[in-house]
Amino acid sequence: MTAIRGDTAFRWIATASGLAVLAMLALMIGSTTLDALPVFASQGVWQFLTGTTWDPGISRTEITGTYQAGVFLYGTLLTSAIAVVLAVPVSVGIALFLSEVAGPRVRGPLIALIDLLAAIPSVIYGLWGLHFFAPTVLKPIAQALSGALGAVPTFAGPVIAFNVFYAGIVLAIMIVPIISAIAREVFVAVPDAQRDAAYAVGATRWEVMRSVVLPRSRPGIIGATMLGFGRALGETIAVALLIGGGTVIGASIFKPGETVAAKIVNTFQESAPEAVRALIALGVTLFAITIAINIAARVIVRRMGDLSGEAVA
Amino acid sequence: MTAAASLRVRSSRARGRARLNRLMTGLLVIAALLAIMPLVLIIGVTVIRGLPAMNLAFLTETFNFSRREVGGGYLHGLVGSLYMGGLAALIAIPLGITTAVFLTEFPRSPSTGPVRFFSDVMTGVPSVFVGLFVYTLLVRHIGFGTFVGGLSLAIIMLPIVVRSSEEILRLVPGDLRRASYALGARHWQTVLWVVIPAAAPGLVTGSMLAVARALGETAPLVLTALAAQTVVLDFQGEGQSALPLLIFREARGAFSAGQQRAWAGALELMLLVLVLSIVARFIGRRIRG
Repeated sequence: MTAIRGDTAFRWIATASGLAVLAMLALMIGSTTLDALPVFASQGVWQFLTGTTWDPGISRTEITGTYQAGVFLYGTLLTSAIAVVLAVPVSVGIALFLSEVAGPRVRGPLIALIDLLAAIPSVIYGLWGLHFFAPTVLKPIAQALSGALGAVPTFAGPVIAFNVFYAGIVLAIMIVPIISAIAREVFVAVPDAQRDAAYAVGATRWEVMRSVVLPRSRPGIIGATMLGFGRALGETIAVALLIGGGTVIGASIFKPGETVAAKIVNTFQESAPEAVRALIALGVTLFAITIAINIAARVIVRRMGDLSGEAVA
Repeated sequence: MTAAASLRVRSSRARGRARLNRLMTGLLVIAALLAIMPLVLIIGVTVIRGLPAMNLAFLTETFNFSRREVGGGYLHGLVGSLYMGGLAALIAIPLGITTAVFLTEFPRSPSTGPVRFFSDVMTGVPSVFVGLFVYTLLVRHIGFGTFVGGLSLAIIMLPIVVRSSEEILRLVPGDLRRASYALGARHWQTVLWVVIPAAAPGLVTGSMLAVARALGETAPLVLTALAAQTVVLDFQGEGQSALPLLIFREARGAFSAGQQRAWAGALELMLLVLVLSIVARFIGRRIRG
């Protein structure tokens, strides 16, 4: 008898914890949105998203300042775009190397090393980027770029010590493990029979990749890119250390900027209650964007068929 | 094969194709090296710059003096990290594994699909947003502290534990299950005494990786744990410190003494996280054989 009642209890506990996960997500959305509502209401959603003035007030109870997220949204999209543009070719290259070129003795250790890259905390990326990588490696590159292409507003100098470019590159390094892990799974899922068919008609290895592996994997690569982009959008601490807290939309990537996430951690502790609400409104905006991208990416990757999914997590 | 090879070199078009093949393969090797380079640079620089400031005092002392001054250590950060990481593990691992059990054992429940999809989606929630959430839900009412910090880390761990545990539970052979049923065990007994023990090493691996990830998180702690200057053992109500918080604060400071501590802290945190990750993978690999 107790054993049978045990089954009922078991079912109940398991279902409850599953539903708890859903409830938590709902609570996350509800609690933050409710908290930020006065900000959206006083600023107007469209003005909040597109305006470029952030002038925090000091009230405890009402919203007296001007809160517009345009500058931070621009910085977020720009740094993440730089990261994706740089990270995707490299990640696809690594994934192709791992699935099509490397032998098992290279593959295992290389996968483990790239996993380690993903395990390093973002504050260490930030510290390393700020005090080593940016001043010693990236600065000469930035100066050369702005020297050669300085006429283009995007690359206009002088190169400031904190800038969008540095943040974008460090973000790129951080999302390589995510994109390459998913891309590799997608490539490995290509049936060997198709590769063999191409080899049988005389294709070289590169031709097999170009005409069999890559075309078949396109949705998966797009999904992986979007997941990487989503991760870059939400990445906080490394960017907060590197980007420098700019307050205007600048054309040049060698000038300081600001992202939504960085703005939140950089100003939270000195913000009055109304400004904290505004930061929460920023967070809600960031959440909405990343979740939309994530859901779309997962739908695309899932349509590829059932990958083992470990990399997607 | 040799005939095919000799045919290939005779045509110049074929030679071009072979050259392109070599070129592209070379580019792929470069891509792989390009990914390894930052890893070597990060670990190398952190060790080189962290070691000089790393000593017994750094591990066993706090510093509540000015950031300009040399000396002191991050003991309060280590204690805070382990305290909040432990709390997070206590919350997230049982809940995460039970949720994974729900996903694998009750596939026909109407909520299985949504739970799986949204725990996937939760892995993509920016960690800073998790901090804001705990802030609006709890910190506004009960203040900063260890518990709210730990809770925010738990929320970050949860979807990772769910995903990895589900993968592992799925790998448990059906024969084991059927043998258990044949002996008259009920569903819950089978899961508790057969399926979970069989999956245990994998569950440990996934949980350890999730803890490693949580220990490295900074952004949610800025909004929930806030800060502390000494070792804090209070469960809730007093600000708490953590290694990433201290590194973050001193990394942006202008003082070389503080930056030196930040590097030593980074070395300490990196060792903690990497050792956890490597040991976790080792446990997982040994089992899969």
